[in-house]
Amino acid sequence: MNTAGVRAEAEIRARADGRGGTALPVLESRGPLALRRTRGSGAAAHVTLVGAMSGPHGGDHFTVRADVGPDARLRVGSAAATLALPGQHGGQARQDVRITVAAGGELHWLPEPLISVTGSELAVHTHVDLAPGARLVLREELVLGRTGEDPGRLTSRLTVRVDGRPVLDQELDCGPGAGGGWDGPAVLGGHRAVGQLVVCDPEFTEKPVEPGVPADGLAVLPLTGPAVLVGAVAADALELRGLLNRAPAFFTPGSPASA
Amino acid sequence: MSRAALLVLADGRFPAGGHAHSGGAEAAVHAGRITGAASLEDFCRGRLHTTGLVSAALAASAALGVDPAALDAAADARTPSPALRAAARKLGRQLLRAARATWPGVELDALARRFPKGAHQPVVLGVAARAAGLGPQDAAHCALYESVGGPATATVRLLGLDPFDATAVLARLAPEADRVAEAAVRAAHRVAEEGADALPAASAPLLELLAEAHAARTGRLFAS
Repeated sequence: MNTAGVRAEAEIRARADGRGGTALPVLESRGPLALRRTRGSGAAAHVTLVGAMSGPHGGDHFTVRADVGPDARLRVGSAAATLALPGQHGGQARQDVRITVAAGGELHWLPEPLISVTGSELAVHTHVDLAPGARLVLREELVLGRTGEDPGRLTSRLTVRVDGRPVLDQELDCGPGAGGGWDGPAVLGGHRAVGQLVVCDPEFTEKPVEPGVPADGLAVLPLTGPAVLVGAVAADALELRGLLNRAPAFFTPGSPASA
Repeated sequence: MSRAALLVLADGRFPAGGHAHSGGAEAAVHAGRITGAASLEDFCRGRLHTTGLVSAALAASAALGVDPAALDAAADARTPSPALRAAARKLGRQLLRAARATWPGVELDALARRFPKGAHQPVVLGVAARAAGLGPQDAAHCALYESVGGPATATVRLLGLDPFDATAVLARLAPEADRVAEAAVRAAHRVAEEGADALPAASAPLLELLAEAHAARTGRLFAS
């Protein structure tokens, strides 16, 4: 009997249907992860990730795959925030997200925040591989503890490649047992919500985005390659979303909202 | 290994331009986040485990002979702030000039040809360590010491912090720096086997966010 935890997998394949829309030939989920096709708008298919149970708990291993084909458009959201919870048997939970987008494809990956609950231990790794000419808007929001609570241990790594070349590789490690100084003045400095928006667009090659600091706790950081990182730190999830929502207008007018 | 060569490379008086940079300390002082020895120590500890670890692993990998171009691309991906990437390349260019004069050799010449505008400083540091007959452990220690030595010295100038207190901070962090150096060298051996993806990617959001505001500020004392 497996008492170590739950394994769950979910997979989405989005393909251009040849009539200007996007079909989903694969929309599979097993275990506590569930995928629902929700009403799309225009050419984009919309999918919502529903946590059929709360999770991941310690010991669980979730894998989510999304593959967007040439000229397909997909928007993925989640029904609610994800709670990283302590497991009955202890141990670390893992969540792997593997995203590929082909030339001419577009993915908006906009899940609700991940909340690290006291006593939990979760390692997340999001791998994104983009072909030249692919478009991406990816949001990641990490919240350290529910209101007034200390966080668990949370390690989150985000790796983005364009044409095989790394444009972003960042890991945040926080909570009990993380590297010293994680809550100090160089790393999080008492902020309890940290997030980022990664925007990749081949047009950035022609029209480079200027770096800037549009608000306190928010920075627009053009990366090496056709990509921009909008980074933010805030006191809580609400303030963080407010900051990140201010960002897109600076370089991709209406982009995340229009998909 | 040559202990004397290590001292030459690690010496703050080595003419590589490091004195013009505060490792984010000036921006943190300006934001009210470093106010004395205790917050300086917390700041430096955070740097050790994030940008310090990454720099040390880059330097150790370069010292092992890993392709500098792959390491430089990996350094770019781990430095989202354009201001910090520019500072790292400028420091790399200055270090390369000093190192080529100090330890002339084909590998440093090749690096200068490959990166006329400068490679990331930790990559240059690793190749320079190699040219000086030093190993990955030496390169990692140099990178880590720089990652905290710069902020400590800068804070003495910025806050009028007692230099004895600043040096005591560095001494208290030494055992932790030793442990991070070991982790960096272990990572470097993996990089030599598996490629640059095996490099650590530990990030410090406040360093990245504050660096951009700092670069735009007039009247600053340090370039970064």
